[in-house]
Amino acid sequence: MKLFASGTVNGPAAYPDSYGAEARERVGFFTDTSLCIGCKACEVACKEWNLVPTADPVWTGESYDNSRELGANRWRHVAFVEQRVPLREADAGGDALRWLMSSDVCKHCTHAGCLDVCPTGSLIRTELGTVVVQEDVCNGCGYCVPACPFGVLDQRHTAYQEYEEDGRVWKCTLCYDRTKDGLEPACSKACPTDSIQFGPLDELRQRADERLERLQEEGWTGAQLYGRDPEDGVGGFGAFFLLLDRPEVYRLPPDPVVPTRHLPQIYAAAATAAVALAAGVVGAVLGGRR
Amino acid sequence: MRRETATTPADAASYYGRGIVKEPVWTWEIPWYFWAGGTSGASSVLALSARRAGNHRLARAAHAIALAGFAVSPPLLIKDLGRPERFLNMLRVFKVTSPMSVGTWLLSATATVNGVATALSATGRLPRVRHAAEWSAAALGPTISTYTAALLADTSIPVWHEARHELPFVFAASSAASAGAAAAMFVPPEDAAPARRLAIGGAVAELGLVELMEKRLGPLAEPYEGGRRAAPYAKAAKALTAAGAATMLLGGRRRPAAIVGGALVLGGAIAERWAVFRAGWDSAADPKYTVGPQRARADARG
Repeated sequence: MKLFASGTVNGPAAYPDSYGAEARERVGFFTDTSLCIGCKACEVACKEWNLVPTADPVWTGESYDNSRELGANRWRHVAFVEQRVPLREADAGGDALRWLMSSDVCKHCTHAGCLDVCPTGSLIRTELGTVVVQEDVCNGCGYCVPACPFGVLDQRHTAYQEYEEDGRVWKCTLCYDRTKDGLEPACSKACPTDSIQFGPLDELRQRADERLERLQEEGWTGAQLYGRDPEDGVGGFGAFFLLLDRPEVYRLPPDPVVPTRHLPQIYAAAATAAVALAAGVVGAVLGGRR
Repeated sequence: MRRETATTPADAASYYGRGIVKEPVWTWEIPWYFWAGGTSGASSVLALSARRAGNHRLARAAHAIALAGFAVSPPLLIKDLGRPERFLNMLRVFKVTSPMSVGTWLLSATATVNGVATALSATGRLPRVRHAAEWSAAALGPTISTYTAALLADTSIPVWHEARHELPFVFAASSAASAGAAAAMFVPPEDAAPARRLAIGGAVAELGLVELMEKRLGPLAEPYEGGRRAAPYAKAAKALTAAGAATMLLGGRRRPAAIVGGALVLGGAIAERWAVFRAGWDSAADPKYTVGPQRARADARG
């Protein structure tokens, strides 16, 4: 039996050692939002390749975002941030409408909360270092849904083709069926501006550093890499981002931490409380008259 | 024709005010299980303690309550699954990193030893095995009362995760109060003094620990005071628990007081589980609970 599905929670990840000779180079996404034009080709390509059911579009009345959020039926989501903000000095200053677009996706965390808490072992780390739900194992317990620091996973309620009355959780697989055969995922393949880049994670990180440097030279002071740092609260993302403002502007948590990082504290408190409960009950029985 | 473009002048630090973490997908079965399983866990200890103290009527009642709770728990948990027919997949791995996995194994073991103890005490056979089963049930019982708090704490829901040090104690106290209250309702007053003490003590501890939890949560405790979904339950929990404890205290050995007071304490414990449960929804819906502490942490780091 597997005691630690993704390695010790606070230490180094079990991958790639857990796969031995079958381990392959860790792959991921670098989503450079400075290049995103909001075309949603990634959303569509993802749906087509992965047979993701349609979800009724909603008139949010806020922006061109009518798909709202990542979920069981949306594994890429393009956010449209529309705000009136001061312009750069180089652009003559003043006030203007700022339009930030960003294609969000599962982060494929090095320390993945969803994978840690999954009680069936349905969620696994693949030989490519990605995080995947095995749909033939998932029993829809829903624990991964609030465990994810980013709100990526959700339970599917739609009946769709052979998946009647689904009830299981679904999320981005980083196109496991394509990547294991050496193909690039559908979303990055379809992206017309290379805002979504796929490749070995080390290579993507290097490319992102160079891009960030260039943007900062051009005066984009808000530009920052998000999830690139292997020392962050989830051990770095397998799918990380270049943002033009703070993460929370894009509906991303500014300092995510995998909940299982605090598991020793959590178990210690629960065990102590259990002992206190037993002591209290025994005390109530022995501590006086009948 | 000129088209208006929607902008968000109000709060630039969020995406149209939408939550970041997902709201849980668990349904009504879960808070009821938290209460039933918790009550059973504490009742297992009460049953053994009362038997050792020679109070057999109390022991029998507590044992029956434990058994009833453990009997309804698995159906509640299975019904909540998105794919109930796959519930056995829970037992294909044991994962320390998943409090739900640990809890499933604990509940399976506890319910089993309880059943064994019941069957053997009914037939009077194998006294040593029965003895071992009773002690195992009493040892495992309290973990069923508190692991559910660990399960909630091990998520990214701010009001749960940040209460990780207090939540198990809230559930423990509430379970103790429920076990005492339920037993006091069914046992003649002359044998029910320990149950009354447990109910009153547990209720007072529960009220105090909830207060402590909310205080330590600071602004994250808002859902308990003003949350659309949590606050009504939180208020009901406090009122019912306090009224129940007072009724049992003032009623002394009077049976009607034990029944009314016991029912109030049980109602308070149920409401408390619902308050904690629903606070998770309120906490997930507003991004400020997720962003606030994280932004402060990131800024402090520089």
